[in-house]
Amino acid sequence: MNLSIVRRTLAPVAVASAAALVLAACGSDPDTGNSSNESPDGDNSEGSDGAGGGDLSGTLNGAGASSQESAVQAWIAGFQGQNPDVTVNYAPEGSGAGREQFTSGAVAFAGSDAALDEEELAAAETACGAPAVDLPLFIDPIAVPYNLPGVDNLQLGPVTLANIFNGTITTWNDPAIVADNPDATLPDTTITPVHRSDESGTTENFVEYLAAAAAEAWTYEVSGEWPADLPGEAGAQTPGVIAAVQAAEGTIGYASAAAVGDLQTAAIGVGTEFVEYSAEAAAAVVDASPRAEGRAENDIVLELARDTTESGAYPIVLVSYTVVCTSYADPAVGDLVKGYVGYVASDEGQQAAAAAAGSAPISPELQAEVQAVVESIEVG
Amino acid sequence: MTTTEPPPTERPAVARRPKTRPGDRIFSRSAQVAGILILVILAGVAAFLVREALPTFTADPSEIDGGKGFFSYVWPLVFGTLAAAVIALIVATPLALGIALFISHYAPRRLAQGLGYIVDLLAAIPSVVFGLWGIQWLAPQVQPAWGWLADNLGFIPLFSGPASATGRTMMTAGLVLAVMILPIITAVSREVFLQTPTLHEEAALALGATRWEMIRMAVIPFGRPGIISGIMLGLGRALGETMAVAMVLSTGGFTWSMVTAGNNTIAAEIALDFPESSGLKTNTLIAAGLVLFAITLAVNMFARWIVSRRSEFSGAN
Repeated sequence: MNLSIVRRTLAPVAVASAAALVLAACGSDPDTGNSSNESPDGDNSEGSDGAGGGDLSGTLNGAGASSQESAVQAWIAGFQGQNPDVTVNYAPEGSGAGREQFTSGAVAFAGSDAALDEEELAAAETACGAPAVDLPLFIDPIAVPYNLPGVDNLQLGPVTLANIFNGTITTWNDPAIVADNPDATLPDTTITPVHRSDESGTTENFVEYLAAAAAEAWTYEVSGEWPADLPGEAGAQTPGVIAAVQAAEGTIGYASAAAVGDLQTAAIGVGTEFVEYSAEAAAAVVDASPRAEGRAENDIVLELARDTTESGAYPIVLVSYTVVCTSYADPAVGDLVKGYVGYVASDEGQQAAAAAAGSAPISPELQAEVQAVVESIEVG
Repeated sequence: MTTTEPPPTERPAVARRPKTRPGDRIFSRSAQVAGILILVILAGVAAFLVREALPTFTADPSEIDGGKGFFSYVWPLVFGTLAAAVIALIVATPLALGIALFISHYAPRRLAQGLGYIVDLLAAIPSVVFGLWGIQWLAPQVQPAWGWLADNLGFIPLFSGPASATGRTMMTAGLVLAVMILPIITAVSREVFLQTPTLHEEAALALGATRWEMIRMAVIPFGRPGIISGIMLGLGRALGETMAVAMVLSTGGFTWSMVTAGNNTIAAEIALDFPESSGLKTNTLIAAGLVLFAITLAVNMFARWIVSRRSEFSGAN
């Protein structure tokens, strides 16, 4: 009885004091939060005033191609290393999704395996308030790995390659392959071509090459999806293709060069010679490629020269663009985009991507062009 | 929140109504909310699927993937989905029933417990891991078997050659699915077998039945509804399994053969194509998802119907 009276009378007191404590804690929390928030806010305005390196802050959002993902990861890490107060997010949801979000103004930049088309350019101009531009900042050589023990340095001309993938050539000792490899001893193993089972920019670039370099052998529609009625096996995404090629003898596939690992890769016929993939050879074909016509001066869209005969150029490459506005109304976002894309186009950024994603650094000339475009981005 | 102590008022002596304590009310209300919530979620999912799928049905057939309309796009996927699930069931059902009977009626008690635990563990392995296992280990191991089937039974359309060189076929995908649904069917059947009234079993034994005859006459008839619902649960998982199939199967167009590359399931198709899809393609994939939703619903309702039809004979009442 006594005890309960004590508890009853004390309870409200206890509750009140507890509440007071909590309130005090709550009260002090926003205070400290405010004071600690003030400095980044200050930095932010400073950053937008004088966009110098190293003192940017804020959050930058992008979305798009998954082909760029590991390169973008490296770029983000490098850029955030230079600017510790910056957070860059990149959602690798696919090129289409990236362009869609960019043209609707949801993200500040997009990664895309294809440049914006006319419709998208118009939508982007509405969202940006100024034209958008495509910048080719990621060059990924696509290798042709094969699994045929005892056969090194396989060489394949474009028509032979197309005929292998369309099912016309079915054994490794086919006369066409023998003609490309006069010195090799080829077994009569059945060829199992392996393609991607998902829709992908790698497939699109590979078949675009086949259609351009071996038009008579490759008559299928060029798209990110492999023609359904062709024979062969499929693997889910790049690791799936690599796993399938590793799993059985006689297989041949195509995949981002960074992913092929220990597998042997074929040298591709260009003109009269056969070229192994390499960063330089991939960058060479990009330099040999003319600009797409009907584009704005600063919109760097390449018409890749798939059928190039230039010596030392490797024609099967994927070029992925970084899409940005030429003007940003929000100075904070604009400065971040300039800083980030400037870093991506720099030597350091390109080397970081080469190390992390096996991409080919863009040539100094292209680099200078891109930097000029980045410099011209209007902020505010 | 702090009113933990009820005020000790003196109660006047009035007729007592049945007392509902706050706990009762809270519990019954929250159970009600949970029950309604599941219906709302189901309806929400269905409404979303229908809304997002609609453009597919109104669009020009030539714009749909494949260029011949939605039906010709989706039927090979439906076939692939069902084929993989059927292969999985054919393999998993006898095995699961055998394991369940062994655990419930044959194994020594200590072994039975450990075995049951291990089978349950199988259910905890993520499907990505099964996918990796399937593509890296299982597919190369079973490839010669598919080659043999294609060489010797190739006259049957299901086994017509040439067999896949990597072994990543519908049969392999079905085998991986079988391993995945094994624990579900086993766990459900084992629980039902353990419920068999001891009197039934002893009566059968007393009439001179051997242990196998006892199981056939007492345990299995009693457990039939449970077996069926276990199978249907497994079928549900096999139909909807995404990652393992997407990784293991070498997808492609429709083919009757289960030992070559080709065919695809709805769930795997969505997983593979959704990331790079946009516009009408996205709607088409969601429409395929709607079809899968309908198939799964139909399968479950069919299972319910079988179970309810059988329950009166089961002895469970």
